[in-house]
Amino acid sequence: MNENIGYFFLVVGVLFNLFGCIGLHRLPDVYTRLQAAAKCATLGTCGMLFGVLMINGFGPTGMKAILAMLFILLTAPTAAQALSRAAFRSGIRSWKKHGPEESEEEREIREAS
Amino acid sequence: MIIQALMYILIICCIMCLYRIYAGKTPADRAVAVDILGIIVIGFCSLLSVSTHKGFYMDIAIAWTLQSYIAVLAIAKYLEGKRFDE
Repeated sequence: MNENIGYFFLVVGVLFNLFGCIGLHRLPDVYTRLQAAAKCATLGTCGMLFGVLMINGFGPTGMKAILAMLFILLTAPTAAQALSRAAFRSGIRSWKKHGPEESEEEREIREAS
Repeated sequence: MIIQALMYILIICCIMCLYRIYAGKTPADRAVAVDILGIIVIGFCSLLSVSTHKGFYMDIAIAWTLQSYIAVLAIAKYLEGKRFDE
């Protein structure tokens, strides 16, 4: 189809991948890193595959791109959910701004629940 | 030309993920970084298929998607402390 639209989507996807990896590098915690990583998977790589579809049209390569996009949209959120549940059950606590010990408000919330 | 620049940006992303695998505090950090490394390899395959006009790179991308998903599920099950057949 239109090649310029395809290259535009390739650039947008690579930029989303770059931002996701910067988030993976800079964020403080497993859960926040997982949030950046899910953006990287769904928006970044699916954008790149959509660009491939736009460049090649609905031929064999474009159909394979659609199939890969479908698989990524199905599997990436499932994998992120499984990883976050495993991290929570293996005892990793979420990041707090004022250090690992809990404040009084948090202790009240925990004792009330 | 533009494809080559995009490939260099993706290599920078791979280096960031490898640093996270090297320096991650917990095993879950390393598992997340391995997941994202697989996703970036799929993007690399699509860039190669555009630059070389060959279609079989998309086959590699589909296979890599499914393999990476199963690997991440296995790692998550291991982190949870269960056996693989539970």
